[in-house]
Amino acid sequence: MGERFVTRGFVGRREPDSGAGGLADERRRRTPPGQYLTDDFPVLSAGPTPRTPLDRWSLTIDGLVSKPITWSWEEFLALPARDWVVDISCVTKWTHLDMRWRGVSVDTLLESIDLDAKAAFAIASCDGGYTTNLPLADVLNNQAFVAYEYDGAPLAPEHGGPARLVVPARYFWKSAKWIRGIRIGDRDEPGFWESLGYNNRGDQWLEERYSGD
Amino acid sequence: MAIDWLLGTVTGVRDETPTVRSFTLGLPAWTGHRPGQHIDLRLTAEDGYSVERSYSIASEPERGGEVDITVERIEGGEVSPFLHEVVVPGDRLEVRGPIGGYFVWEAGLGGPLLLVAGGSGVVPLMAMARHRARAGTGVVARMLFSSRGPDEVIYAEELDQLAAAGDGFDVVHTLTRRQPAGWNGYARRIDEQMLAEVLEPLGAGTRAYACGPTALVETVANGLVRLGLPPDRIRTERFGPTGT
Repeated sequence: MGERFVTRGFVGRREPDSGAGGLADERRRRTPPGQYLTDDFPVLSAGPTPRTPLDRWSLTIDGLVSKPITWSWEEFLALPARDWVVDISCVTKWTHLDMRWRGVSVDTLLESIDLDAKAAFAIASCDGGYTTNLPLADVLNNQAFVAYEYDGAPLAPEHGGPARLVVPARYFWKSAKWIRGIRIGDRDEPGFWESLGYNNRGDQWLEERYSGD
Repeated sequence: MAIDWLLGTVTGVRDETPTVRSFTLGLPAWTGHRPGQHIDLRLTAEDGYSVERSYSIASEPERGGEVDITVERIEGGEVSPFLHEVVVPGDRLEVRGPIGGYFVWEAGLGGPLLLVAGGSGVVPLMAMARHRARAGTGVVARMLFSSRGPDEVIYAEELDQLAAAGDGFDVVHTLTRRQPAGWNGYARRIDEQMLAEVLEPLGAGTRAYACGPTALVETVANGLVRLGLPPDRIRTERFGPTGT
């Protein structure tokens, strides 16, 4: 569409510019295009919530690495962790500012292994069969972490507990719930939603919602 | 292949309940959809401010060139009160779609089919029920539909008609807060016992689709797994409290 379409009668409910760099401006500045702010934590998933007992839980990194590595739940909890306060945007249009998590940086997970020179992509796999793909350039340098606490409490199963990937700079479907593995590869393989019409990269600031955006 | 924004013309407005209204959007360039998919709707003000929301498609794909959406009015919302109070036939709205490729059912997938709805979560399931009837395949299907009261049952009359057609579809209502005099149906929130009773005639090969508030969908999906349905035959879509 060339000229911008205007919806008859629509005014909207936005807060006016204060011009003084106030809180409303700050919140608006942090809201990606097409998103609205919420203080809720909506649950979205494609099927039943998996429930793996912690004594049978593990996290594995394999693929183009010097040696595959697996942590049990206790070993995973013993890894250096930190608090993260990040803005999250879901492709279903909600954005929640300053979500508080505790978890382990993907950089930390990769510390004890060497990546193959051809390593360029990661694909996360999960209980329930969910997968999502990310270029390594989108997860390294503290851009992604595996979270096991949200807002000071263990991560609830419907929110991806016991542990989920969190990639704040991408739409939230890239933050795979119930993560159990990360496979490193040299080729980009579309994951679950990426194969069902959603964008391969999912940068919320470029509004890369769907295939072709 | 990008999903382009299209200009749809509102050709019909219909009240389903006191707080739920359906809109028919004429879309000459519509490429078709699968039952269960949704559209994105974009509203733009004079100064360029715009908002987007996703709405499930209520109509069956057999109706070419137009789609229905059904919108619950959320008090304090930015979009649904506008759609209810301002939009009239002849207005134009920007939409794009269809979107979503997992929460879909087509007659070719077969059955038996179990549709479990909570409130306005019935909308994508209605597209499946309407498609099932139009496709004429006779796939055995049941809908379990949770509403708060008799005046809040979306598509009540049409669901009765679909069930009366005698082609293998029936609907089981539960009314959780208010029941009419003489009501002898379910009068509580969906629980595992209710699911077992509704699932029983369909059997273990059932494909299940559940849509509604998170608590309902969690109860239904977990309950169906415990009742023996494989997780990959249970597909869910959730309406959080923020879908305004």
